[in-house]
Amino acid sequence: MEEQDKILNEVTQGEYKYGFVTDIETEIIEKGLNEDVIRLISSKKEEPEFMLDFRLKAFHQWQKMEMPDWAYLKIPPIDFQAISYYAAPKQKPKYESLDEVDPELLETFNKLGIPLEEQKQLAGVAVDAVVDSVSVKTTFKETLAEKGIIFCSFSEAVQEHPDLVKKYLGTAVPSTDNFFGALNSAVFSDGSFCYIPKGVKCPMELSTYFRINAANTGQFERTLIVADEDSYVSYLEGCTAPMRDENQLHAAIVEIIALDRAEVKYSTVQNWYPGDKNGKGGIYNFVTKRGICRGESSKISWTQVETGSAITWKYPSCILIGDNSVGEFNSVAVTNNHQQADTGTKMIHIGKNTKSTIISKGISAGLSDNSYRGLVKVLPNAVNARNFSQCDSLLLGDTCGAHTFPYIEVGNKSSIVEHEATTSKIGEDQIFYCNQRGISTEDAIGMIVNGYAKEVLNKLPMEFAVEAQKLLQISLEGSVG
Amino acid sequence: MLSIKELYVSVEGQEILKGINLEVKPGEVHALMGPNGSGKSTLANVLAGKEEYEVTHGEVTYQGEELLEMAPEDRAKSGLFLSFQYPVEIPGVPMVNFLKTAVNEHRKHKGGKPLTAGEFLKLMREKKELVEMDTQLTNRSVNEGFSGGEKKKNEIFQMALLEPKLAILDETDSGLDIDALKIVANGVNALKSENNSTIVVTHYQRLLDYIVPDYVHVLYDGRIVKTAGKELAMALEEKGYDWIKQENGN
Repeated sequence: MEEQDKILNEVTQGEYKYGFVTDIETEIIEKGLNEDVIRLISSKKEEPEFMLDFRLKAFHQWQKMEMPDWAYLKIPPIDFQAISYYAAPKQKPKYESLDEVDPELLETFNKLGIPLEEQKQLAGVAVDAVVDSVSVKTTFKETLAEKGIIFCSFSEAVQEHPDLVKKYLGTAVPSTDNFFGALNSAVFSDGSFCYIPKGVKCPMELSTYFRINAANTGQFERTLIVADEDSYVSYLEGCTAPMRDENQLHAAIVEIIALDRAEVKYSTVQNWYPGDKNGKGGIYNFVTKRGICRGESSKISWTQVETGSAITWKYPSCILIGDNSVGEFNSVAVTNNHQQADTGTKMIHIGKNTKSTIISKGISAGLSDNSYRGLVKVLPNAVNARNFSQCDSLLLGDTCGAHTFPYIEVGNKSSIVEHEATTSKIGEDQIFYCNQRGISTEDAIGMIVNGYAKEVLNKLPMEFAVEAQKLLQISLEGSVG
Repeated sequence: MLSIKELYVSVEGQEILKGINLEVKPGEVHALMGPNGSGKSTLANVLAGKEEYEVTHGEVTYQGEELLEMAPEDRAKSGLFLSFQYPVEIPGVPMVNFLKTAVNEHRKHKGGKPLTAGEFLKLMREKKELVEMDTQLTNRSVNEGFSGGEKKKNEIFQMALLEPKLAILDETDSGLDIDALKIVANGVNALKSENNSTIVVTHYQRLLDYIVPDYVHVLYDGRIVKTAGKELAMALEEKGYDWIKQENGN
């Protein structure tokens, strides 16, 4: 038990002592949010007029909006005027070599099987300019360029490909969509842009790890992915290593647009700092993710493994406009200690013969609350639409909570909507059975939880899946016993 | 091998075992019989280290060590095996992964190298034959969708893989038809040697036709009230448990 507590502490506790230090020379503007700040952000980034208009429209709308309170979350008051909305992201290495980094952090990295070079980047160690990762990046960029794929930071895209940005920005998540979405639209700092041309199948998984500006995109990140006709891309976001950040509030946006017969797979592993064992600190993660299957027979699938953040508010959704288009949502959400998660999806069926599948696996431990919230809406014209939803909850111990809030609205008679839900408790009997075969409680929990979440983990790209499995186990260490 | 002295055990404040004494030497087979509720399964579970049982008095020595001080997984790795009366289902966890982890934990404990996937599959094929285990079953999740008989066979199959020093079979015969019973018994007999011991917990004499015990103990109301050779099992079969109850004042 003591040993377990120790490991748990290692993984979940501690102050922001690991990396991600903002360079003191960084240019930071005054705290607070007003029209001048928006204009300043836009001009610092040398944005074209349409970007400023986009931001201002969002900001004016945001001023009229109230923070949403419908989620099953206890959110402490957030002072939006106490945040600085612009900091030029320049990161200075904190350490000269890995030897200087906290050995406990390195142990966590090793447990997760993170390669050495990646460890250096994560811990804030200066990376040698000639190391492999750089040459990998170069090769990577060349391969993409040959195919005509654009994959760059959002700022770069605004400068280099303004037409594409202008055409698609805000088409999945309008600037005035919701409170946090509007805030992001007004002040977003940077993010990723990805365009896959007609008929191109992206030959590799696109991951933020390879992104040029990956280091510090800040708390208001924005991603825009456009898949043109008959194209395919698999995109990976996040990292299994514990991510720490000085900014408590995070409000990101991801927009995906899929044209005729295009397919986009978007996978996330989110492991932001969840706060300490007593619920102190931790990231508030308010994310708006939405994909539009605009073209016929297009497909968008979201797969997420959520283990981090003190508060998670996130509903990756699909709007199925094109006939025969397909939306998928596969999720594993783990909450431990004092974490709270309200996450799920929306599937809006507009086109004929549209199909959607929702698989949600919640795992709660400690004193946490874990909610699934989902909407399946079938419009009158979406004839023969089909949805299948499966929402399972697994409880570890008897001090945590699991909640399911499914909303179903069906506007025609030819559609079929199915919803299945189960709640189970990880059995002491199951753990004892494993113990009796020589398997420790920790390993047993890892095995049982991974078995439970397998359906979703299988949807992740191979190397991500292996890391995610370990992450699930580490996130729950010490929670039973 | 195993020495139990004056063992008292309670569950939720209720005393179930009231002073158990038992000596098991290497190579011996002991049968533990008794009516429902006499404490047979409690004894099996306490030895394996199940949590909800509270030992209020007594000591248990296993291979010279204080068994009750050891964590359940350490008892297992030191060669104590419990064949469960009700094997637990673990959805989503493939049998193969589960068994490979278990076998490698045992090997690690003995200072050996973990088996590779290939080596493990080979070992599994060998042991499967012993209990005529259906190949399909090892491709499923742990005990999920197994019939009662398949679950019991699976227990003996695991025993064959883990090669325990002390095997405790908790009503391994319940729910088995005669053919399955023979297979299970043959498996147990094949694993018997002069170095390892077996405790067979059962209601019925039937299993003891196939697994022949050196000693038969009758457990009644939390105590071992009678110990004899295998002829005692025959007597119980004939006369039932009533005469034991009468002898003990009920």
